[in-house]
Amino acid sequence: MEGDIAQLGQYIGAGIAALGSGVAAIGVGNVASNFLAGALRNPSAAASQTATLFIGLAFAEALGIFSFLVAVLLMFAI
Amino acid sequence: MATEGEATGLVFHPMDQFIVTPLFRTLGPGETVNWYEPTNVTLWMAFIVLAIIALMVWGTGGRGLIPNRVQSIAEMAYGMVHKMVDDVAGHEGVKFFPYIMTLFLFVLFANLLGLVPLGFTVTSHIAVTAVLALAVFVTVTGVGFARNGASFLKLFWISSAPLALRPVLAIIELISYFVRPVSHSIRLAGNLMAGHAVMKVFAGFAAVLWIAPVSILGVVAMYGFEILVAFIQAYVFTILTCVYLKDALHPHH
Repeated sequence: MEGDIAQLGQYIGAGIAALGSGVAAIGVGNVASNFLAGALRNPSAAASQTATLFIGLAFAEALGIFSFLVAVLLMFAI
Repeated sequence: MATEGEATGLVFHPMDQFIVTPLFRTLGPGETVNWYEPTNVTLWMAFIVLAIIALMVWGTGGRGLIPNRVQSIAEMAYGMVHKMVDDVAGHEGVKFFPYIMTLFLFVLFANLLGLVPLGFTVTSHIAVTAVLALAVFVTVTGVGFARNGASFLKLFWISSAPLALRPVLAIIELISYFVRPVSHSIRLAGNLMAGHAVMKVFAGFAAVLWIAPVSILGVVAMYGFEILVAFIQAYVFTILTCVYLKDALHPHH
C-alpha cells in the first residue's frame, strides 16, 4: 500500500515536471520571436547576431531539458 | 513496465534504445558491464572516429583546387568552426581551434550517426557528454588561471556593479560558473535522449492499425527535426565552449 502511494507520487511528480518542458517552449518562442522582430527591422544586422540567437535558445531550452530530466529520473531512476 | 506498455500498443520500451550492452556476450541477470569490455557505445564511438577520418583525411585527400563534394563539406565545417572561434573567443582563442574543431566534429558525428536506424546515440548518455563538458571546464579554468593568474577571479567580481551588490553577485557568478559543466552536458544529452525517445514512442504506436498513418508521419517528421537538432546541438555545444573560452581569455566584464 505504501509502495503504491510512493509510485503514485512518482508519476504525479513526473507529470508536473513535464509541465516545465512546455513552459520552456514559451521561453524559446520568446527568444526566436524577438530575434525575428529585430531582424525584420534591421535585416543587415541579423546575420551577425545568429550566434547570440543560438546561445539564447540554448539557455532557454536547457531549463526545459532539466525538467524533462527530472521527469525521466522520477519515472525510471528512483 | 512491460505489461503497461503492451496495453497501450507499445511492444518495446522507448528507453530500451539507450541500454549499454557488451558486444560479445549477453548479460545474464545481475551481471554488469565490465569497464574494459567493448560495448555498443565503444563500437559506435569507433564508427564516429572512422567517419571523421573518412571525411577529413580521405575526403580531402585529393586536395583539389576546385573541391569535390566531400572536400567542400570538410572545408565548410572547418571554415564555420574557425570563423566561430575567431568571432566569439577572439583572435587569441584561435590557438584552441584544434580542440574546438575536435569537439564539434565528435559531437556532430555522434548525433548524426545516432540517427542511423539501429544505431546507438552515444551523446544521449550523460556519462559521455559529462566527460566532454568536464574536459572543457577543466581546460577553460586552467587556461584562465594560466593566462591571467589571480586576476582571473575578477570574472566573479563585477566592477561595474555597485559596491554593496558585488558580494551577492560574486556568489551568484560563482554558482553559475560551477553549474556550467552540468548544464553544458545535460543540454546535449537531454536533447538527444528526448528526441530519440519521442521517435520511439511514435514508432511504438505504428502497431495500432487505426493510428498507424499518423504515427508513421510523426516518425518521419521527427526524424527530419532530429537531423536539425543534431546539427544545432553540436553547434550550440561548440559555441558555448567558445563563450567559456572567451571568459577565460578576457575575464574583465
